[in-house]
Parts: sequence; structure tokens; C-alpha cells
Amino acid sequence: MEFPARPSPHLPVVNDVSRLMRQVMLALLPGMLAMLWYFGWGVLFNLLLCTLTALAAEAAMLQFRGKGVRTGLGDGSALLTGLLLALSLPPLAPWWIPVIGTLFAIVVAKQLYGGLGYNPFNPAMVGFVVLIVSFPLQMTLWPAPRGVGEALLPFADTLRLVFAGVLPAGETLDSITAATPLDAAKTGFGLFDTWSEITASPLFGALGGAGWEWINAAYLAGGLWMLRRGVIQWQIPVAVLGALFVLSNPFFAADSDGFASPLFHLFSGATMLGAFFIATDPVSAATTPRGRLWYGAGIGVLVYLIRTWGGYPDGVAFAVLLMNMAAPTIDYYTRPRVFGHRDS
Amino acid sequence: MVKLLDKPARIPGGLHLDAHKRESLRQPLQAAPVPELLTVPLSQHIGAPAEALVKPGDRVGKGQPIARASGYVSAPVHAPTSGTVTDVGDFPVPHPSGLSAPCVRIHSDGEDRWFEEPAGIDNPFSLDPAVIRHRVRAAGIVGLGGAGFPTSVKLNAGPERRVELLVINAAECEPYISCDEALMCARPLEVMQGIRIVAHALQAEQVVIGIEDNMPDAMHCLQKALEACGDDSIHIAAVPTLYPAGGEKQLIYALTGEEVPSQGLPIDIGVVCHNVGTVAAVYRAVVAGEPLISRVVTVSGGGITDPRNLEVRIGTPIETLIEACGGYTPEVDRLLMGGPMMGFSLLSDSLPVIKTTNCLLATSAEETPPPQPALPCIRCGKCSEVCPARLLPQQLYWYARARDFDKVQDYSLFDCIECGCCAHVCPSHIPLVQYYRYAKTEIWDMERQRRKSDLARRRHEFRLERLEREKRELEARRAKAKKALDRPKAGNADAKKAEIEAALARVKARKAGQAGADAAGAEQEKN
Repeated sequence: MEFPARPSPHLPVVNDVSRLMRQVMLALLPGMLAMLWYFGWGVLFNLLLCTLTALAAEAAMLQFRGKGVRTGLGDGSALLTGLLLALSLPPLAPWWIPVIGTLFAIVVAKQLYGGLGYNPFNPAMVGFVVLIVSFPLQMTLWPAPRGVGEALLPFADTLRLVFAGVLPAGETLDSITAATPLDAAKTGFGLFDTWSEITASPLFGALGGAGWEWINAAYLAGGLWMLRRGVIQWQIPVAVLGALFVLSNPFFAADSDGFASPLFHLFSGATMLGAFFIATDPVSAATTPRGRLWYGAGIGVLVYLIRTWGGYPDGVAFAVLLMNMAAPTIDYYTRPRVFGHRDS
Repeated sequence: MVKLLDKPARIPGGLHLDAHKRESLRQPLQAAPVPELLTVPLSQHIGAPAEALVKPGDRVGKGQPIARASGYVSAPVHAPTSGTVTDVGDFPVPHPSGLSAPCVRIHSDGEDRWFEEPAGIDNPFSLDPAVIRHRVRAAGIVGLGGAGFPTSVKLNAGPERRVELLVINAAECEPYISCDEALMCARPLEVMQGIRIVAHALQAEQVVIGIEDNMPDAMHCLQKALEACGDDSIHIAAVPTLYPAGGEKQLIYALTGEEVPSQGLPIDIGVVCHNVGTVAAVYRAVVAGEPLISRVVTVSGGGITDPRNLEVRIGTPIETLIEACGGYTPEVDRLLMGGPMMGFSLLSDSLPVIKTTNCLLATSAEETPPPQPALPCIRCGKCSEVCPARLLPQQLYWYARARDFDKVQDYSLFDCIECGCCAHVCPSHIPLVQYYRYAKTEIWDMERQRRKSDLARRRHEFRLERLEREKRELEARRAKAKKALDRPKAGNADAKKAEIEAALARVKARKAGQAGADAAGAEQEKN
């Protein structure tokens, strides 16, 4: 009897890229729902605009590059990029903000570099940075979270605002948006307010910003689930959060009026989203176990530096991109000792 | 000094795989039928192929040497049964590339008659180690764990080398394979005596049997055999079931916590490792005087009706064994020699069993599905988590793919044991091991080319030097010849002058002599 020739190993492969991506998306769900709850319909529009643009751009580029469109879309990476970018954008931004950001992320940052696996920079963060340096005004259009200030805009009003730029009757952009807690902290410190004065605002909660702390907690829960399921490894998130916490502690301890508290840093802005979902993007991160610790620690340190002394309220996107640049070098110098070799 | 650990060390990486060993252990170990036609390859080991001693038409007896070892690292081959040699020539052999190689084909006469009644020895422990090595070598024993390295070579630790620890590899970590377990359960005393003979041959100070902890029956049998022997230099150590804990370097690490140096051998840290099937063959060779003409083979997988372990004559066609196991099931899809992680696929079941055939696996498409299309590497690092050599398979892949062979060696490609753990967990379904084999082959080829061009360069330089030297010599000869031609003219006057002077001198001397003589004669006359 004749049989086919096959290479070893012969047992079925136990992992799958698209399943991995689906698990990450599933882990995003709690954070996504928390975002929807606290910031309203705008989050949904961002999610839809980003994912649809991501899928369309990915399909067009795959077609253009002569690659398999079906397998390319099937791996779920474009969808995930869209989701991550959408969750970073202000919910009341005009429709073209998510579209431009996603197009840049998929077309330039991902496909022009060779597509999945070949992009040196995290595509979602490239998209975000393009938007924040090009359209700083539109990137501030965050409403106050549910429970703070006025009620969230209803569906129809949000739809008109996002797609037609029409404000609800009697409202101005200022009246329907509010500073994010990180913004408020930056402005407050700029006016020499003390940390206790700043956090007296209703924008702040028990740990971080009002609403933001729950959003961060939801991302943390999703991240822990991914760790448990082996979707990501512990090194990067632990190093990001550890470095941020460790670095913010002495400053806060020395001057608790002039610096934000360590817990505020952990539970505000994009900290948990960044630590568990963005910094862990394997393609652009360091890949050796020790390298991942350095890589994550670098992100944590940069996030603190940018938030505290930089020109932007949050620093996750810049920190991730800067460390993306360092990843190949980190990998080279943190190779594990190979079995049977002496320490080199 | 290597020390046995009280608790086995955790090897780096590794996989927990479904064992699938029960299927083939339900039936006791049985002898497979001797087929009508046996095809016995001459190269069933690492090293130089054996040289045929028979020709078509020769009648051979069971155990008769039909090919002799052709070097130190080589092994003879014996007739697995009695019969007539029908062919000596190239036939397809079990090999990953599906090649043909020299074989002796024997038509069995059905008598299974010994060539010479095997001569046994009662007390092998009184033998000189060299005598044991000689018997093992003459019996054609090679490593039966899969590598096929001539055992007699490994029984010689070399001068100045002390064997502090003999490790008997009974870990059998690959799924489905149960031939060692079946052997240990069926013939524990033979195994134990074999171990003691090998330990004696190596003058090993300590002996440990490393066995995976999912074989309690085999462990129990060995324990009883050990008690029967009363040898307290032998220990049985259970290592946690984890693929590839049965790799030589991995098992040594698990038992001792010591790493065999990269590119080195276990003896570099005072350890020698032998497979449990090999030591049983050593027992038969030394004590019973029987050469290696059969081995235990696991026939298993979802494509086999009635999986089991069989004692099989070398050279038996695989189809005979399949038949002995009730034939194929309708689901059969792939035929493998070895396990499902490191074994290679066979194109046909007419190939023969050889000394290194530990397992024949006929699998269903469900057990071993066809390869899926590969996606790009996303550098997730799952491969490096499971790598037992602590390599970075993602980086090796990257550089192998880019044909950057310097970088690939920089990342220690040659420490890869091709266990397949990385490919098993790769979410992008990249055939990683294939890439490493490709890179290794390319590097070996480049190395050969380099050696060849080095040789050519040296030859060329030597030739240039020789031409130069010849030119110099020619010139020197010419100069000399020219001088020789010139000399007569210039030299004539001198020579004449010299001759004249010489003649004058002679005349002078004679005159002086005469004068002297005259004076003396005058004086005598005066007296």
C-alpha cells in the first residue's frame, strides 16, 4: 500500500493565529462594555468605523499585493487592530478621525511593511499617534463619563454629531465634552494646584478617574483571563505595570502634592489596555523572556515620563512605539542561555 | 563528579502529549511470523555501511554474518533466518528521503535453522571488558533507541575516561511507542542482566534507569528483577512524563541536573547512556551468543486494527506486521516509522524493518491531519517556551528563511534536536523543523564546498609554489651548466699554470730528496 510523504512532527498543531486573535477580542469585551457604559454611543460608532475600515483596507491591500484575501482577513489581526484603535479614540470625534487613523494603521503601518508579522510598529498605536499629532482638537472630544456632569448624548444626537458635525440644540462642543482625568491632572499641575485639589473634582474616583477606574479594572480582568489561558505571557504586563508603579511611588512619596498617585497611574487612561492588549502585541514587541521584561519596563517608565513631564496627557502610544524601535536590539542582547552552553 | 538528584530536575520546555501507549500494550509481546522474503539493508547504523559477504545463490543459516563491519564505526549484519540469498543489490530502504540502498535479500527456507548453535557464557561478569565489546561488536548491536550508533563503540569510554554514571534510557517519551515498556514487562531479568553487563564493560561506578512515571508496570517488573539480582549499584528513577524527556541530553539533565556541553558527548561529563532495548540485545549477545537478528517493534495507531508489540526479525516487510495486527482500518491515512513527533513518513509498506525501527505507526487523518497552510510568524514566542534546548525558534526561523546562515548559527541552530515541540505549538502552522533541517543541510553543504575550495586553493597554491620552485631549479641548473661550459676556457690557463707549478714542485722535491739521499749515502760510506 502507498502512503503520502509528510514532514514531522505529525501530530495536529494545537494553536491557531485566528483563535489567538479571537481570544484577545473576547478578553477585550469587558473593557469594551465598560467603555460603552461610561461614554455612550460614540464608542460604538468608533468600534464600527474602525473595524469596518480596517477590514476594507486590509482586503484592498491584500488584493493589491496579490495575497490571499480570505486567509488574510481570516486571521483576525486587522479586526483586532481596528478594535484597539477604536477603544483609544475619543467617542465624540468626527467620523473621519477613526477612518483616517485606521487607514494609516492598516495601509501604512501594517501592509506597506509586509502585512501580518512584518510590521515593526504596533499599527493601532501608529494610527493613534498620527491622529493625535495631526488633529489634536478632535482628539480631545471625550464626554464626561456617565454619572459625572450632564447625561450622555442620546443615540440620535451622537449620530448627528459624529457623522454630520451637527451639535444638539443649545449645546456647544465645550458643554458636551470634558477633560479626561489625565488632562485635568496635567492642567491642574500646570496651574500649581495640589494633587488633593485636583482630585477633588468629580472627574476623579477612588483610584483613578471616575469611570476610567472601572474601565481599567475591566481590561485588567480581561488581561488576567488571557494570562490564565496562556494567550499572553506575564512578562510584558507585569513589567509595564511594575515599572509604572515603582517609578511613580518615590515621586508621590516625596511630594504628594506635586505628583499623581501610583494607583491613579495604574487605573487611568490607557494603562491596563496598554499593558495587557497593546504592549503585548507579539509582532512588534520583544520576544525573549528577559527581553520582554526590559521592553515592558521601558514602556512603563516612558508612560510615566510622558504623563508627568511630557506634552501629552497620556503616553502609552508613544511609549509603545519607542520601545517597538528598541525591540530587535533588546532581543539580541537578552537571548536565553542555550542548553549545554556556558553563560556568555 | 556527577551526582544523581533525589528529585528529578525539570527539563526546559517540553510538551504534555497524550501517551496513546495503552492501545499497543493490551496484547502481550508476541513473536511476529518469519516472512518468506526478507530484505536486509547493509547500512542500518550510523557509520560506514557493512560490506556484503554473500552472493546470490548462497545458502545462509540463521545468525550467519552476511555483511562485515567496514570500519571502527560500523556494524556487521546477520541473516535473520535460514534460506537462500536471492539478490545483493539496491532496494528501497526506510529513510526520510525514500532512497534505495544496498541490501541482501533472503528467501526463507522455513526451517529457521541456526548457522552455528550460539555459544553462551555462564558468567559474563568475569569477562574482560574488551571481550564483551568484541562480542557486542560481532553481534552487530547498534543503539536500538533510534539513533543506531554502534554499541561497541559506546562501550569503550576511551583511555583516561572514567564512567561515573551509566544512564539506561527507558523513558520512551514519544506517544504511541511502547516497545521498551513491553520489553521491560516481558523480560525484566534479561534487561537487568544486560544493564549489569554493560555496567561491567564500562566499569561504571553508578547505574540509573531513567523511566517515565507513566509506566508503573514496567517499573514494578524492573524493581523485582533488581531485587532478584541484588545489585545495589543500580537505581531506578522515575522522571515526570514530559516530551522529550527521553532525549539523551534531556534525560541526563533530568537525572543529574548536569547539561551535556553543546556539540559534546555525555562522556564529557562522565556519563554514558544506553537504551533499554540495546542492553537487552547485549545480554543476548554476551550470555546467549545470539547476534542481533530481531527486535521489539510497536505497531500502533488509529490505522491499525489490533495494535500490539511484536518481536520482529530484521528485514521483515512492514506489511507482514500489519497483517499480524489484523490489517489496516478504513481510516488509515499515513504510515510512519518512529513516533508521531520525530518519526518520518514512509511511502510504502513493502519496506523492511531495520535495527532502529522502534515503532510503526499507521495513523488516521484525525490523528495526523495533513499540514495546514502556514501563516506569517507573529513572534508570539510559544515555540521558545516549549523548546527543550532553550533556543529561540522564532529567530532561527526568521534567519533560516532569510538564508542568513551566520545569524542562524549565532542563534545555536546546531543545538536543535528536531524534537518538533516548536512546530506543534506554532499558531501560524509553520513547519519550523523543516526550516531548521534546511538550514543545517545548507550549512553542511557550504562547509563541504568550503573544504573543497580550501583544498582546491591549497592545491593551487602548492602548484604555483611547485612551478616557482621548478623554475628556480631550472634556472639554477642552467646557471650551473653555463658555468660548466664557461670553465674550460677560463680554467685552461689556470690549469696549465697549476700543472706547471705542480710539475716544478715535484722536480724540486725530487731534487731535494736526491740530495738528501746522496748525503746520507756518503755518510754511510764514510762509516
